[in-house]
Amino acid sequence: MNLLEQFEAEQLSRLTAARATPDFAPGDTVRVMVKVQEGERVRTQAYEGVVIARSNKGVQSNFTVRKLSYGEGVERVFPLYSPNVAEIQVVRRGKVRRAKLYYLRGRTGKSARIAEKLGNKADAAPKAAAAAAEA
Amino acid sequence: MAAKTGRTGLIAKKLGMSRLFNEDGSTVPVTLLHVDNVRVVAKRTTDKDGYEAVQLGIGDAKPKNVSKANKGHFAKSGVEAPKKVVEFRVGSDAALEPGAKLSAAHFVAGQKVDVTGVTVGKGFAGGMKRWNFAGLEASHGVSISHRSLGSTGNRQDPGKTFKNKKMAGHLGVERVTTQNLEVAGVDAEKGLVLIKGAVPGAKGGYVLIRDAVKRARHADAPFPAAVA
Repeated sequence: MNLLEQFEAEQLSRLTAARATPDFAPGDTVRVMVKVQEGERVRTQAYEGVVIARSNKGVQSNFTVRKLSYGEGVERVFPLYSPNVAEIQVVRRGKVRRAKLYYLRGRTGKSARIAEKLGNKADAAPKAAAAAAEA
Repeated sequence: MAAKTGRTGLIAKKLGMSRLFNEDGSTVPVTLLHVDNVRVVAKRTTDKDGYEAVQLGIGDAKPKNVSKANKGHFAKSGVEAPKKVVEFRVGSDAALEPGAKLSAAHFVAGQKVDVTGVTVGKGFAGGMKRWNFAGLEASHGVSISHRSLGSTGNRQDPGKTFKNKKMAGHLGVERVTTQNLEVAGVDAEKGLVLIKGAVPGAKGGYVLIRDAVKRARHADAPFPAAVA
């Protein structure tokens, strides 16, 4: 590992220790809690939408979330490990066959739907544990 | 000419660019420069050489790559043969003794520096890339010459193209100094200097870092140098 990789790996371990990043992929619906500075005070703001792209490049990874806001399409690119992102919640798993869902840009309503992916192992494990605890 | 003042700069190897996440959520694009075993190779004095300077070396050269003349030069000050040698003019109060090792802590976070490097070679480039010419139009009857220069002069009077007319030619591989770059951080242990923004030169190339000439020296910067 050269010094540049080392520098990035150190930052990555520091940032992942501060905040866990869930497993998610394009097509998933996520709720991103963004830290917003208002004067002195910092509050979190939720931004919920479909992940249409991910760029995995170590500490410089980012992902694009698209949503419809008052009928207008809005896309936001978040650095995956930014301290400004307080939390990433996966709301729904989507079943898609592309890595980049740019085709959603031209679509709204019925044609912009994404089928739900069922039987995701990562989601099933905590649910199974909860069911076992109930029984 | 007035005598040069101020402290020495450092020679470093450009590793590449990355991104620095701060605790407050801001991110800074940084260039990583590696100060790898930089030591003073020789000293120039007014009495002997007519000017004041320190000669620095970086890295360790393979013995087979060092000429006999250079071997003698390095043996005189008892330092290992470096890969690259460079001189920095200094004030007489900032002179350093041969053999002294310099650390990346020579620079402090927040200070401004000038960085000199040899730019990436672009080969034979046209007027649009080399001089930011606009080129010709995409349509309206323009044929084949969309990226051409256009006119290069007048008619029978003066009947020649003037010297220094901006034309196509070799671009890059040129010594360039970028002034007033901010030091985003220093890791003395690893020998890293983080510079905010881009720095001239290719990855793996050598660059010179100096205190910014257009700013006063930073109060916390060690004088005459950070000797490890």
